[in-house]
Amino acid sequence: MTIAVADAVARRPSVRSRAWTRSVGLLAAIVLLAAVTACSLAYGAKAMPLQTVWDAFTEFDPQNNDHLIVRSLRVPRTIIGLLVGAALGLAGAVMQGVTRNPLADPALLGIEAGASLAVVAGISAFNIGSLSGYVWFAFAGAAAASAVVYGLSSFGHRRSTPLKLALAGTAVAALLSSLTSAVLLLDVTTLDQFRFWVVGSLAGRDDAIIWDVIPFIAVGAVLSVGVGSGLNTLALGDDIARGLGQRVAVIRAVSAFAVVLLCGAATAAAGPIAFVGLTVPHVARAICGPDYRWILPWSMVLAPTLLLGADVIGRLVARPGELQVGIVTAIIGAPFFIALVRRRHLVEL
Amino acid sequence: MTVATHALSRRRGDCMVTVHTRSFGITARVHVRAVAVTTMLSAAALAVFVWSLTIGDFPIGLADVIATLRGTGTSEHEFIVRTLRLPRGLTGLAVGAAFGLSGAIFQRLANNQLASPDIIGVNAGAAVAAVFAIVVVHASGPAVTAAALVGATVTAIATYLLAYRRGVTGYRLILVGIGVAAVLNALVQYFLTRAEIYDAQQAVVWLTGSLNGRSWDDLRPIAVTLAVVTPIVIVVARQLRALELGDDAARGLGVRVERSRAVLLLAGVALAAVATAAAGPIGFVALIAPQITRQLVGGRSLGLLPAAAGGALLVVAADLVARRIFAPTELPVGVVTAVLGAPYLLYLIARSSRGLTRG
Repeated sequence: MTIAVADAVARRPSVRSRAWTRSVGLLAAIVLLAAVTACSLAYGAKAMPLQTVWDAFTEFDPQNNDHLIVRSLRVPRTIIGLLVGAALGLAGAVMQGVTRNPLADPALLGIEAGASLAVVAGISAFNIGSLSGYVWFAFAGAAAASAVVYGLSSFGHRRSTPLKLALAGTAVAALLSSLTSAVLLLDVTTLDQFRFWVVGSLAGRDDAIIWDVIPFIAVGAVLSVGVGSGLNTLALGDDIARGLGQRVAVIRAVSAFAVVLLCGAATAAAGPIAFVGLTVPHVARAICGPDYRWILPWSMVLAPTLLLGADVIGRLVARPGELQVGIVTAIIGAPFFIALVRRRHLVEL
Repeated sequence: MTVATHALSRRRGDCMVTVHTRSFGITARVHVRAVAVTTMLSAAALAVFVWSLTIGDFPIGLADVIATLRGTGTSEHEFIVRTLRLPRGLTGLAVGAAFGLSGAIFQRLANNQLASPDIIGVNAGAAVAAVFAIVVVHASGPAVTAAALVGATVTAIATYLLAYRRGVTGYRLILVGIGVAAVLNALVQYFLTRAEIYDAQQAVVWLTGSLNGRSWDDLRPIAVTLAVVTPIVIVVARQLRALELGDDAARGLGVRVERSRAVLLLAGVALAAVATAAAGPIGFVALIAPQITRQLVGGRSLGLLPAAAGGALLVVAADLVARRIFAPTELPVGVVTAVLGAPYLLYLIARSSRGLTRG
């Protein structure tokens, strides 16, 4: 039946043109991402022509400072940006789908604050220096915080509304971040490492971190893309989804697992970065409609574009220093959030 | 002086007493239960405050504390009580009262129990301006207070305007406030990364909300503000009840709606800002103190003074816990209020169904 309906829908011209927008547009978005990636490699405290960047890969000269900058600083930074961006975009889209809440975002709901607290506690209590150690703390923290936020906000007489979820997230984030600062105040050396990490930054990350988080982000990405059609039926409401033969609990569980993997890995790699997971799925939805099978890949392409773009802006506006990417995304993303809540009906998705 | 009890209101379980002083020609309606609750909470706050003077790394007996306060103590007690503990305790009382009062004003104005200055970003506005003043301009003292005042006022106006769309609903105000606070917190974090590590640690303590090391200089601005603003608020707040009937009805009753609302809003912002400048943005006090005292008092009272007394009690008690729980290391008081306040907010969210989403 679904196929027949989809077939009938596909024959309508407006829908056919939308399918064209979706697929060709996605190619255009990938080209844009490639352009931003190139900018990220070329611009910074020292701008260099793209030719030099190209040479750094094709004719690497260890004596050439520019080549060294590109290969040892900008490449890892850009790769982390791509990974973290994709993870946050996917996590945001899955969260918005599974909670049917337009304000869902890994940072606003306190999930990244949970990961931060767990990491700080880990660094402070167990003297964990290496990243591969604290990834696991980040996962544990992210899982606990998301369970608390979602559990509490869906409690009560009605299911969770956007306001309840946002407030529950704010409360949990406030609690966790004040506990984090309590840990930091008892331990100055941890504070010195942490204050750069907590802003959300791609700078000065070790190459090793890439290999530590890649498997988790890959598994999370596969799971979330796989759950896309399930999210479509969930959007009709739990009862209808169940009536269509979907195992609602399985979809929710897989989604939650994917979100925890993606958020935990992204937070461990770059610190808490807000608003990427919020804004990108909305932009994707505006372009390609409410079908999660398209929203998810679009988010995966657009989010790193936003994150790397914000990172490049942060490097350019405050030269020779830089503005951390988490600050830039907050300054870009919060007006978007405000515009979203100003809409007359804050509809449930 | 004549006192009349209203039989009608007594039947509803709310005892109102009209006090009429003929010689001054003043008539005041007094809510008996509110007076009782305010007195009780103030007495409790005072008791905790006096207790907090006696304990610490160097315990001093109650009799010695009282002797020192009367000026007949030993010189080392003099130093510990008068220079270290007294300003800290008094700042705690004043800051708590200011946050409680400010929260009650905001919640009443927005007619929404969650619209308190810490949720809608007013405290964050004060904090970002103060951190800017401390870390970037290297200012101190009155300049920081002034910066906090400017920051909080600008934030409150910006949040109000951004939430305005043919009127302001409480819930849009809260969500816009969360967004605005996110930007401000990002800015605070940025200023922190620009600071020296020592300044950064000081700023983190301050940002969590702390009464550690408060001196008489820190107490003065907040005490003056409370002394000036509280009487104004009490006079103007008589019109709050009319505002709750809706703007048109209030106007019909002869209330100059816009002016009263603007005065109250400014008063609420000023209290939150100066309190933030004195002790940092101590979270959740402005949110929960008015709500708990309102439940104690009952719905018909305005609950401004009870909220102030409740806030004072909450902050001095939380500070006592923060000082002693990991002694000799002190936690900032904001950690304790967050540990108490966040679960309370979560409980409110879990319990309510319609209350939160109502305009």
